[in-house]
Amino acid sequence: MNVYIPLLTLAGLGMLFALFSVSVTSLTGPKRYNRAKVDAYECGIEPTPQAVGGGRFPVKYYLTAMMFIIFDLEIVFLYPWAVASDQLGLFGLAAIMLFLFNLTVPFVYEWRRGGLEWD
Amino acid sequence: MPELSAFGNDPFWLVCIKTLGVFVILVVLVLFTIWAERRVVARMQMRIGPNRTGPFGLLQSLMDGVKLALKEEIIPTTVHKAVYWIAPALSATTAFAAFAVIPFGPEVSMFGVVTPLQLTDFPQSVLYVLAVASIGIYGIVLAGWSSGSTYPLLGGLRSSAQMISYEISMSLSFVAVFLYAGSMSTSQITSAQQNLWYAVLLAPSFVIYVTSMVGETNRAPFDLPEAESELVGGFHTEYSSLKFAMFFLAEYINMVTVSAVATTLFLGGWLAPWPISLIPGANEGWWPMLWWLGKVMCFIFLYIWLRGTLPRFRYDQFMAFGWKVLIPVSLVWIVLVSIVRVVRDEYELDLDGIVVGGSVLVVAMLVLIASIWVRGSRVIDEKEPLPESISDLDDGAFPVPPMPGQTFEYTPRVRKPVPATAGGSSDKPVEAGDDSKDAEVSDG
Repeated sequence: MNVYIPLLTLAGLGMLFALFSVSVTSLTGPKRYNRAKVDAYECGIEPTPQAVGGGRFPVKYYLTAMMFIIFDLEIVFLYPWAVASDQLGLFGLAAIMLFLFNLTVPFVYEWRRGGLEWD
Repeated sequence: MPELSAFGNDPFWLVCIKTLGVFVILVVLVLFTIWAERRVVARMQMRIGPNRTGPFGLLQSLMDGVKLALKEEIIPTTVHKAVYWIAPALSATTAFAAFAVIPFGPEVSMFGVVTPLQLTDFPQSVLYVLAVASIGIYGIVLAGWSSGSTYPLLGGLRSSAQMISYEISMSLSFVAVFLYAGSMSTSQITSAQQNLWYAVLLAPSFVIYVTSMVGETNRAPFDLPEAESELVGGFHTEYSSLKFAMFFLAEYINMVTVSAVATTLFLGGWLAPWPISLIPGANEGWWPMLWWLGKVMCFIFLYIWLRGTLPRFRYDQFMAFGWKVLIPVSLVWIVLVSIVRVVRDEYELDLDGIVVGGSVLVVAMLVLIASIWVRGSRVIDEKEPLPESISDLDDGAFPVPPMPGQTFEYTPRVRKPVPATAGGSSDKPVEAGDDSKDAEVSDG
């Protein structure tokens, strides 16, 4: 038996359970129509109309996502090195330190230019 | 201690039984966690908590689930139908899936087949947990986006920004563990902690992980996506009945999962804690599941304790804490650990040249980083100066708190008596329109 098949069985069981739960309520619950109920919720006032696709939101979220991709890639390179560092020795250490340094420079730059400030 | 080769030998019927077992353990743990949270928080707040349904109220969360299933499902007209349906299912599915690689114990005999008490394991299993946890974020983003409403959108964005930020510090805290264990497989990391838990050996990694796991699961004091006072329910505001229950379930499963990962990577997984480990046979058979459960319960209690104790962070403080404290500290810690480890291993080598060259390089790097720091501060410190005082309160503007460095010009409050014709019935003179608003605000 392949080691990856149990991943599929558990994910499949979870998915069956989730799909069942998500769809069963439309059968078990009552249905009483009321126009105010099917409006978007906004603390009891008339809801603000939403633009299609979610409308506008602060660009900071994009910046955070881009920073995340940079660091996630860094982590993807750090993991194999960490596992194999005993075999790689000093050469691996020097290489990964250079790599970390190259990523720390833009990180510090962004930090000091206010890229990490939320206001 | 099961080797990696012990995995993948189970017949399919046994895989199915183990899958079902993991599923049941998860669901029961979640129901228990919800109940425990309500009871413990109630005790911390000098209340009793749910105690009517079943012994000690233990069936409360199950009954809540049944109640949710019988509730009317309200789907607002503004939603994107398909995505709105997929989002809760995605959240719950990924939450379940991540548990496949958590080790519960050593090899035992199950229905005549010797098999490890773990669904599966492979050389990259911790990476799998991280990958599946990342997919779970999609559920939250899509829920917020597809609701077509303001609060869910903002809640979903906040939640995703928070989770990806804290995922970085979480993943960085694993690096030192992999460095010491020499493996990314959960069972091998557990075996490597037989002599000393990594929570002791790599204490900074452990602290960073525990902090970021709270942020990663959107729990107090980092529960900003669900800050009731700001965003109502956050990303699940427009969800009701069992669709909402799926998000609720996913949140609690994620709590259990990150607690189990913390147990596996830092507290020796199913290995017996110190005094018990001296008893022969403590790490064999089914007993280790009990040690595992105890350690996971400790983390779950920590979660509840935090929730009962700490106030919520402000969003900018929270993001600053993740990016400016946790991530730099983890990076420095990784550099320290790896240098110490590699230099120790290679000590037989001729070190003089390498050490001198290395320290020159490190100093040069630090100088460069410091110079960027200083140059950057020059740019952001030249902000436009704020006006020194605010005196527009008289213009009917809503009074706002002063910015840092600003001072109010004190204006004595003016009370205008109401003309006698307007308010005959009341005893006191009623304040007229504009003034009453000002007075309310300044009184409050």
